[in-house]
Amino acid sequence: MSVFVWLNDQLLKMVWLSDLTEFLLYQIGVDVSTPLGASLHFFIYDVIKIFILLSVLIFLISYIQSYFPPERTRQILGRYKGVTARLIAALLGTVTPFCSCSSIPLFIGFTNAGLPVGVTFSFLISSPLVDLASIILLASIFDWTIALAYVLVGLILAVIGGSLISWLKMERYVEGFVFDSPMVSLEAPEMTRKDRIVFAKDQVKFIVNKVWIYVLVGVGIGATIHNVIPEVWVSAVLGVDHWYSVPLATLIGVPIYADIFGTLPIASALVEKGVGLGTALALLMAVTTLSLPSIILLKNVVKPKLLSLFVLYCTFGIMLIGFMFNILMG
Amino acid sequence: MIIKILGSGCPNCKKLEINAREAVKQLGLGVDFVKVTDFKEISSYGIMRTPGLVFDDKVVSFGKVTDTATIVELLNAYIQERRV
Repeated sequence: MSVFVWLNDQLLKMVWLSDLTEFLLYQIGVDVSTPLGASLHFFIYDVIKIFILLSVLIFLISYIQSYFPPERTRQILGRYKGVTARLIAALLGTVTPFCSCSSIPLFIGFTNAGLPVGVTFSFLISSPLVDLASIILLASIFDWTIALAYVLVGLILAVIGGSLISWLKMERYVEGFVFDSPMVSLEAPEMTRKDRIVFAKDQVKFIVNKVWIYVLVGVGIGATIHNVIPEVWVSAVLGVDHWYSVPLATLIGVPIYADIFGTLPIASALVEKGVGLGTALALLMAVTTLSLPSIILLKNVVKPKLLSLFVLYCTFGIMLIGFMFNILMG
Repeated sequence: MIIKILGSGCPNCKKLEINAREAVKQLGLGVDFVKVTDFKEISSYGIMRTPGLVFDDKVVSFGKVTDTATIVELLNAYIQERRV
């Protein structure tokens, strides 16, 4: 067990990097026991850590993901029915490479090929929420039990959401053109091992390019919360003893478009300032699952009724998960 | 011949267009470029991942930024195919 803890501390939490940063700052005359020095230390250490983890993880994960392009996922999902199909959709959502810019073509591609709307929504909820990289990052910032609990509730949220949409026969509220004229369904081209490595490398470049600004801003906010903002202020607004902290965190997170990699440092700084874990996770889930740009995109393919059901369900589901975590951990 | 770039204007679509234009220049072809940004139209080509590269009405690559050398090969193959 102690070997495992050591590996976790050194490889994921990168304690060595924290020590190294502290040592180097000390060498140039920065005292990390002052608020400013501590903020600087948090910022440098976290930015480097996240970029190292991000690059290594995205490479490994993209390699795995290259086996599950959406074309293959669609084909697999076509073989199942009912709750099983929605469960598999939620699980595949974690390994299928997903970019919010492709969510609409994906929605149309799935629906037009005859997949039930509930199955597609299970996929659309789980895909941004329970991402392989975010699981490992959660484990690095908190610990494995929290990461696994996060995955479990994320999958449950996705399966129940899809089921609700299916039971309420929400197919009626998908824009008609989505079903029009069955389209050719292109198959994913065969990939060699070299292709997969190239794909994984491209993903690293693409994702680092896309998220670096969110990481810098997120870590900056995290560093400020961590060392500059007094704990009483944070707990006055988002403290565990306030029942409204979870709904507030969720409502703040819903419209924001940010990456999970940028949001995690904020969530971890909040937890260190005495904010409930459930509150911090609610913020994280709300930011990743829903955002104003993604809602506007989705509006192209579904009618207001289905869109509002989706947004309200996710919002209340995330709040419920937040409350549960706060009660269980508190 | 028409080359279509399918995508909602994300950075990758722009990169793909630059590569495609370079490939066309290398081969000295007279080609019209069309950007397809409408979701309905993109989906009608059967792709779920952007950017997509289309010669006339044939999808030749999707979900990745195909490099210039590969596009040159694809163009040569397509022209051969059309002659037959």
